[in-house]
Amino acid sequence: MTALYYLIPIALFLGLIGLILFFWTVKSGQYEDLEGDAARILYSEDKPIVDEEEE
Amino acid sequence: MVETIADGEFCPSGQTTAQDLARLEAGSDVDASALIPYVQTRLGGNSSIDLMISGAHCAGCMAKIERGISEMPKVKLARMNLSTMRLNVQWDGPPEMAADIVKKLEALGYGAKPFNMELEPLEQKKELRGLLSALAVAGFATMNVMLLSIGIWDGREMSPLMQQVLHWLSAIIAVPAALYAGQPFFRSALSALKNGHANMDVPISLAVFLALALSLWQTVEGVGHTYFDAAVMLLFLLLIGRYLDHRLRLKTGESAQRLAAMQATNATLVQEDGTLTTVPATMIKAGDTLLIAAGERVPVDAEVIQGRSQVDTSIATGETLPAQAAPGEKLYSGMINLTAPLTVKALAVSSDSFLSEISRLVEAGEQKKGRFVRIADKAARLYVPLVHSLAALTFIGWMLIGGGVSTAAINAISVLIITCPCALGLAVPAVQIVASGRLFKQGVLIKSGDALERLAKVDTIVFDKTGTLTLGSLKLINRDEIPQDMLELAARLTRGSRHPVARAITLAAGRGAVADSVKEIPGEGLEAVIDGEAVKFGKASFVGLDGEKDAQTESWLKVGDKPPVRFVFKDEPRMDAVETVRQLKAQNYRIELLTGDREHVARETAELLGIDHWQAGISPKQKLERLDELAREGHKTLMIGDGINDAPALAAAYASASPAGAADVSRAAADIILQGDRLSGLVTALSTAKTAQKRVIENFSMAVIYNMFAVPLAVFGLVNPLIAAVAMSGSSLLVTLNALRLRRG
Repeated sequence: MTALYYLIPIALFLGLIGLILFFWTVKSGQYEDLEGDAARILYSEDKPIVDEEEE
Repeated sequence: MVETIADGEFCPSGQTTAQDLARLEAGSDVDASALIPYVQTRLGGNSSIDLMISGAHCAGCMAKIERGISEMPKVKLARMNLSTMRLNVQWDGPPEMAADIVKKLEALGYGAKPFNMELEPLEQKKELRGLLSALAVAGFATMNVMLLSIGIWDGREMSPLMQQVLHWLSAIIAVPAALYAGQPFFRSALSALKNGHANMDVPISLAVFLALALSLWQTVEGVGHTYFDAAVMLLFLLLIGRYLDHRLRLKTGESAQRLAAMQATNATLVQEDGTLTTVPATMIKAGDTLLIAAGERVPVDAEVIQGRSQVDTSIATGETLPAQAAPGEKLYSGMINLTAPLTVKALAVSSDSFLSEISRLVEAGEQKKGRFVRIADKAARLYVPLVHSLAALTFIGWMLIGGGVSTAAINAISVLIITCPCALGLAVPAVQIVASGRLFKQGVLIKSGDALERLAKVDTIVFDKTGTLTLGSLKLINRDEIPQDMLELAARLTRGSRHPVARAITLAAGRGAVADSVKEIPGEGLEAVIDGEAVKFGKASFVGLDGEKDAQTESWLKVGDKPPVRFVFKDEPRMDAVETVRQLKAQNYRIELLTGDREHVARETAELLGIDHWQAGISPKQKLERLDELAREGHKTLMIGDGINDAPALAAAYASASPAGAADVSRAAADIILQGDRLSGLVTALSTAKTAQKRVIENFSMAVIYNMFAVPLAVFGLVNPLIAAVAMSGSSLLVTLNALRLRRG
C-alpha cells in the first residue's frame, strides 16, 4: 500500500502538466477556428524540417 | 460565382442571397480610400487588415483564398478563419495595397468588406475562454477525486490512516478546483440575489459550498462521508452545458454581425473644393455634401440639393415601385438611388436619423420582451423555496426526534446536495443547444434560447410583404406575349439602367448589346436611337398612350411609329412562399399580411398565397397598433419582416423573424434570421421550437421523478456519497440523452 504514497503524487503531477498544457492551448487561441484548422492541415505545404538555406 | 445549391443542402457559412449576387453582378471599383481607415499600420511599414469574406463555403475556398493572397508580392501572411469567415492579411507595404488585395479576392470570385475591429466581441470571447478553462479544471478534479473516492469505498482492508490521507488529498484537489471552476455560478447567483430574486445558480452555488464545507468538517473530524466528488462533478456537468450555450451564442452573434458587416456602407463626400473622397458612413456629419451615385444606398437622412432620380424607398415604406427624388425632397437612410446621381446635404449623422426614431421604438419593444420569464427561471422560482423549506423541515424534524444538532445539520445539508438542480440546470440548455445547432445547419439563426421558447408558443403569424413574402424585385410576367426582337430591343435600352423595371427586362433578355447614348428621363422612361429609329421604353404617357391603368405594373416599348408593345411586371413571391404559407396554415396558425404597399398589390399577393387577413397602406405605427391589438386579444404573434418600417413591429411582437437581406435594424430586432432566399426555414424553426419545448418539459419531469426517489433518502439520513454520485450523473446523462433525440426528430 505504501506504493500509493509516491504513485498518487506522480499521477497528479502528470495530470497537472496536462492541465497546464490545456490552459496554454486555450490562451494561444487554438479553439478559435476548429473547422479551418482541421482542414488546413490537409493542404498546407510542409516546410522542410532542415532549413534548406542553412544547409 | 453563381453557385448552385441543391435542395436542402444549404451551407450557412456562405452567402448566396440575391443581394450578394446583385453586388457581384454590379461589379465594384475598389476604392482604396474606403479601406484605409481599417488598415492597421505598425512601425517599419507593416500593414494588416481584417476582411469579411462572402461566398466562401468550405475548406477548398479557404485554401484558394489563402494561396491566392499569399502569392501576391509583399504579402507576408494570409490566414482565414473558416468559422468567422474573416481573412487576416499582413503585408510589407503602404496601406493602399489593401485595394489590390480586395481586387484579387474579387478576381478569385469572393466578395470582401473590411471588418471593424471594434465590433469584435472581446468580452464574450474572454468569457468563453474562462468557461473552457473552468471546464478543464473541473474535469481534472472530477476524474482524480472520483478515483480517490473509489479507493476509499472499495478499500475495506485500507488502514484508517490511508483513508485519512485519501480524504485529505481529495480535499486538496477539490476545494481550490471548485472555488475556481464554480465562479461563473457564484457570480450569477450573487447578482441574482442582489436583485432580489433566485435563479438556478443560487441552489447550485449553495449546494457546492455546503458540500465542500460539510466534507471539510468531516475530514477534519475524521468521521462520516465526504462529498468532494459530488461537488466537483456537479460543476463539471453544469459547465459543459454552460460552455456549449455560450459558444452557440457567440457563433450566432458573429454570423449576424457578419451579415451586417457585409452591408457596411460608404459614402462619397464632396469637399469644398469639389474633390470627392470616400468615407465610411459613420464619419458623416450633418451639413456635409454627399454624392450618391446610381445604385448606391443613401447612407444618412439627407435632402436632395441637385439632380433628379428615382429612389427605391421600399426599405422605409414597403412599396415596390420607386419614388421620385427632386431637389428639396427628403431621403431616408437605407433607400437606394436608382437612376441618376444625386447631390444631397446630410441632415443628420447616422446615429441620429430616421433610423434613430425607429431604434427608439425598437428599444421600447425590447424592454417589453425583457419581461419574458424563461422556463428555467420559472422552475427556479418554484423549486428554490420548495427545496430550501424542505431542508429546513428536515433540520427541525431531526431536532424534534432528538437527533442532535450535528445529525440534523448533516441531514439537512444532504437534502440540499441531493436536490441540487444538476439535471434541472442541464434540462433547458442541453435542449436549446441541440435545437439551435440543428436549425443553424439549416440556415436559421436563433439569437437566444428564450427566442426558442417564445417561438414554441406562437399562434399567429404576421407577414410583411415586400422583401419578405416577395423578393422585393420586379419580374417580367408576360414574356410569352412579347416578340423576341422587341424584348431584345427593349433590353438594349435597359441594360445600362438600375431601375427595377429595367432590371427585370435585362434579367429576362440576358446579356447582350447596349444601345448608344441612352437617355434616361427620371419617372418617365428610356429613349435612344437604334438603327436610325427612335425607340422609347417607359410608362404609357411616355410613349403617347393615355390613361394609366395602375392595376398592374406595366411599361410600353415604342419603335418609330409602330404601335407600342406592352410589358407587364410583378413583384414575384419568394420561391417557397406559397408552400410555406400553406404548411403554416395546415398547422393551424392564423396568418396575416400587413404591408405599406398599395391595396391592389397587397390583395393580389394575399390571394396568390392564400392569406385571408390582410391590410395594405399601413405605416410602421399602425403595424405596431395591430400587433398590440392581437396581443390584447390573447394572441401570441410571430412577426416576419425585413424593412426599417418593420423593425418596431419586430421588436414589439411576441417573437420575430427576418430574412438575411433585411435592414440592419430589423435584423437586430429579430429573434431569428432566415438565411438564403427562402422562407421554409420558418416552418422548420417553428416545429423545432415546439419539439424542443416538449423535450424541456420531459426533462423537467425526469428531474422531478429523480427527486421523488432521492429526497426521501436524504430526509431520513440514508444518503451516502455513492448514492449522490450515481443519482447526479445518472440524471444528468438521461437529460442530455433526451435532448440529443432532437437531432433526429
